Amino acid sequence: MKEIALHLIDLAENSIGADANTVHISVHEDFRTDALNVSVEDDGRGMSEETVTRLSDPFFTSRTTRNIGLGIPLFKEAAETCKGSLTIHSKPGAGTCVEATFQHSHIDRMPLGDLSGTFFTLVVGHPDTHWIFTYSYTPPFRGEPRIFEFDDLAFKEVLDGFPMTHPDVLAFLRSTLQDGIAIARK
Amino acid sequence: MPAIKSLEDLKKIREAALQKRDIKTTNARVQIVIGMGTPGIAAGARDTLKEFLSIIEEQGLTDVTVRQTGNFGLDSMEPVVQVIIEDNAPVTYGKVTPYAARQIMEQHILNGAVLQAHVIPS
Repeated sequence: MKEIALHLIDLAENSIGADANTVHISVHEDFRTDALNVSVEDDGRGMSEETVTRLSDPFFTSRTTRNIGLGIPLFKEAAETCKGSLTIHSKPGAGTCVEATFQHSHIDRMPLGDLSGTFFTLVVGHPDTHWIFTYSYTPPFRGEPRIFEFDDLAFKEVLDGFPMTHPDVLAFLRSTLQDGIAIARK
Repeated sequence: MPAIKSLEDLKKIREAALQKRDIKTTNARVQIVIGMGTPGIAAGARDTLKEFLSIIEEQGLTDVTVRQTGNFGLDSMEPVVQVIIEDNAPVTYGKVTPYAARQIMEQHILNGAVLQAHVIPS
C-alpha cells in the first residue's frame, strides 16, 4: 500500500470486523513539530493483551482461511522507518485504538494520499457505521491549528433513511469532505 | 475558496428528490458490493469504488447502491466486485480497475450484458 490513507481503510475494516458501531479516524499534520499522527479508534469488541502483542507478527491472523496477515505489520514498519511508531491500545469489550506516528519530513514517509477519497468511500460503503473524521493542520511558525471535523450522525438524521447513494447526496458528501480538508490545509 | 455546504442544502436535496419521486426507498434495482480486505485495498479497490460513485453522480442514477465488504478470499483477482441486479444471481468480477468499473457500469448495469472478460466463474 502506497498511501497512509489506504492503511486507514485497512484499519477501519478491522474495526468493522470487530463489530464496531462507531469509528473515529483522526489525522494530524503538524508542521511545527514535524509530525504526522494518525489514529483509528473504535468501540468494537477489543482484544486481549496477548492478541495485541502478537499483532505485529506477520504470521498471526484471526482469519481462519489462511494464516497470514500483513496489514498491521507493514504499517508498523512504515512508521518505524520514519522515526515514528505504531501503538495499539485495546481491551476486551472496550474497543481498540491504533495510533501511528511519522516524522512528517522523513524522506521515506509514504504520502498521506487521497484522504477525502478514503473518508468518502468509508461513509458511503458502510452506511450502518457511525463515522467521525478529524483532520487538523498546524502550520509552521505561527497560527492556530485548523481543524476539520465530520460527524456523519447529523447527516444521517437529515437523510432519515434516504439512500446515501443518491447522486445528489453523493455530490454533497464528496464536496463537503474535499472542501473541508482543502480549507484546513490552506 | 470553495463554499462549505450546510445541512440545509442536504435537506433541500432530499426533499427535491422525494418530490420528483425518483427514488425507490425500499430496494434498489442494482447492488454493487466491493471487497475491501487488505488485498483489495492494496490492489486499488478504493479507486474502483470511487469510480462507481462518480458514474452514479455523473449519470444521475437513482437505482444503484454501493457497499463495501471484507475480503472475498480471491486475492489474485482483486479488486473483486459483485453485481446483483434485481433477483438475478450475483455476478462476481475480478481485476476491476476503474476502467473496468466503467465498462461494467455501461454494459452490464445499464444494458444488461454481462462483461464476460472479467467474470470469475463460481
